[in-house]
Amino acid sequence: MDPILSIREVSKSFGEFKALDRVSLEVPRHTIYGLLGPNGAGKTTLIRIINQITYPDQGEVLFDGKPLQPQDVARIGYLPEERGLYKSMKVGEQALYLAQLKGLSKIEARRELAYWFEKLEIGDWWNRKVQELSKGMAQKIQFIVTVLHKPKLLIFDEPFSGFDPINAALIKDQILELRQQGASIIFSTHRMESVEELCESIALIHRSRMILEGRLSDIKKAYKLNRFRIRWTPRAALATLDGLQERMPLMDPVFDPEENTWEFTVQLEGGGQAALLGYLSEGGAISSFQEVIPSANEIFIQTVKKQEAHA
Amino acid sequence: MHKLGLIIRREYLAKVRNKSFVVMTFLSPILLVGMVVLIAYLTRVNDNEKRIVAVLNESTFLKDDFLPKPGVSFVALKGLSLEAAKDSTLAMGYYGLFYLPAGNSLERVAEGAYFYTREAPSTLVLERIERIVENRLREFRLEQAGMSPDQYARLGSGFELNTATFSGERSAKGINEFKALVGGGFGYLIMMFIIIYGGFVMRSVIEEKTSRIIEVIISSVKPFQLMLGKIIGTSLAGITQFVIWIFSATLLLVGALVFMDLDPGLLMGQARLAPGMEGAFAPGMEQALASGDVKVGEETLLVVGELLKIPMGMLVFFFLVYFILGYLIYASIYAAIGAAVDNETDTQQFIFPIILPLMLAIYVGFFSVFSNPHGPIAVGFSIFPLTSPIVMLMRLPGGIGEGGVPLWQLLLSILLLVLTFLAIVYLAAKIYRVGILMYGKKPTYKELFKWLKY
Repeated sequence: MDPILSIREVSKSFGEFKALDRVSLEVPRHTIYGLLGPNGAGKTTLIRIINQITYPDQGEVLFDGKPLQPQDVARIGYLPEERGLYKSMKVGEQALYLAQLKGLSKIEARRELAYWFEKLEIGDWWNRKVQELSKGMAQKIQFIVTVLHKPKLLIFDEPFSGFDPINAALIKDQILELRQQGASIIFSTHRMESVEELCESIALIHRSRMILEGRLSDIKKAYKLNRFRIRWTPRAALATLDGLQERMPLMDPVFDPEENTWEFTVQLEGGGQAALLGYLSEGGAISSFQEVIPSANEIFIQTVKKQEAHA
Repeated sequence: MHKLGLIIRREYLAKVRNKSFVVMTFLSPILLVGMVVLIAYLTRVNDNEKRIVAVLNESTFLKDDFLPKPGVSFVALKGLSLEAAKDSTLAMGYYGLFYLPAGNSLERVAEGAYFYTREAPSTLVLERIERIVENRLREFRLEQAGMSPDQYARLGSGFELNTATFSGERSAKGINEFKALVGGGFGYLIMMFIIIYGGFVMRSVIEEKTSRIIEVIISSVKPFQLMLGKIIGTSLAGITQFVIWIFSATLLLVGALVFMDLDPGLLMGQARLAPGMEGAFAPGMEQALASGDVKVGEETLLVVGELLKIPMGMLVFFFLVYFILGYLIYASIYAAIGAAVDNETDTQQFIFPIILPLMLAIYVGFFSVFSNPHGPIAVGFSIFPLTSPIVMLMRLPGGIGEGGVPLWQLLLSILLLVLTFLAIVYLAAKIYRVGILMYGKKPTYKELFKWLKY
């Protein structure tokens, strides 16, 4: 299946400053795609190019297989990081206006709004002014306005900032549901824990360049270092790990004298697992033997550091 | 186009429903009329105040000259010394004491005359007294010179030049000023409109930036569409307000004057003279009438005739042309400024250069165009695009072609205005497009120049 969005060799400069340098990526359909990177890496510029707020100096953007057209804005929903509403306008009127700007007719917009207002339990806000709402309440309206016109591609830039945990969970469920219904979602953030939870694929942008892209599980596999965390109770009391240390490097050893238990991480060369397991079960009891999989956060930091060392 | 309509509608409604806008719309005419009525009332109270001046005349001259005048009446004191007269003047609460010493000639007496008051005397009263003495002195001196008052009157009469155009019609004097005033009214209207509603456009852009809704909007519409919709929506609101102002102010003013038992004919009379002229200019015209030493009958007819000859249809047409182009130019600059800054306090440095050409146009208009509508300065400023909407409108009541604005000047002025309009809107849209997404930067001119290249 062809991707919903392809970015090909896109570059963008502001004066002397190069915001994007030959960035390419592909967002598969019906997935949540994490766009990651430190602040100022170029994420927002890339998102603005997808939304046709700015235009690339070079390269092209394909949406749904065709070059991006002005009318495509009606098929994209965008929740910017810097977001707000007209303060002195009423909630309902404002939502109607924004929906109509996305190309919905007034009747369609009303119907969809009624559905969403009920779903997020804010039906009685219709005639209230935005300035009376709390920040979290306003965020709900912004979320609704983003998804109202049933866009094929949704772009959320730091969607959870400003939400309390309950509403953040609510919005997360809505995002997952939208994906279930067939939307493709770009999710830009630097909060890694939500990346682990939501994203199937990620792209990592650093200093205007794409430095890592792919399925999160593939990336994790690639970043696996053949490390294992082991919990082991030696048969002899107060046994040391010296014998083990001679065979392989150990990391972060911790001894619990009450339980007479060691916990440590080992770095294995290819295929040393069986020999290690044999050695350990001979000398004691293994209560846990687990491969260490790097978190998205570790991959992120590691890759960025590597990149900086190169530069 | 559909989206542009939506934007215009929102901007219009947002403006019109705004509380302070509503209050301003309905309060301003009341305030304005209230002020006019207050001034009229105070003037009348002022006129009604009678000041009584005591006169101590120790001479044999000027016996029967102290008759009541408007605003001043006189009381003769007899057989008192100067000191006693001063005391009694104070005791009676009179305005002042006019003292004429004894003397054997009028000249001597006049020289020794004094006017005593508690504080510095009012010029009105002084003038009245001076006039009385002056008249007597003149008669006395004429008599000395052996000349009759009749002879003197003939001596003093000046010379009035008759004026006519080459085609032989008699032309009224001071008509250039009248015509420029009619155009000036339109020009002034344009300036006020630009300053008030340009400011609204700017604030509206700043509001969108500070409320952070801007990025949501421009992911749906082009920034240029938003800018245009904002300018049009705001100006429609402005026109609504202006129409309400003009209607209600006129109604209120006439109503108030009738109610106050003041002569509304005063206003009406001027309105008849100069149709379409703003009330603000009426006093100026009155002055022009008075200072011109007009022989009221014939000359007024001439003036009325000339004013009726002002081609109103043409003037209104060009007013609309210059108004729309001029307003769009300035409003897009205002929008660009709004986009460049984060809050209103940062706008000062950019606002001044906008106001400058507008003020210049008004001053040049009033000082140069009035006296010489087709002189080099008037021509220059009526062609220069940032001032032409105001200055050209002041020249236009003189007509187009012979005796008026040469056609080439008019066409050149409009051509330049259109070109400037296109250039400015293009540049402003660029600054706007970049500026609305910039936060936390206090822009300099250098920075803005860089944005043009993004």
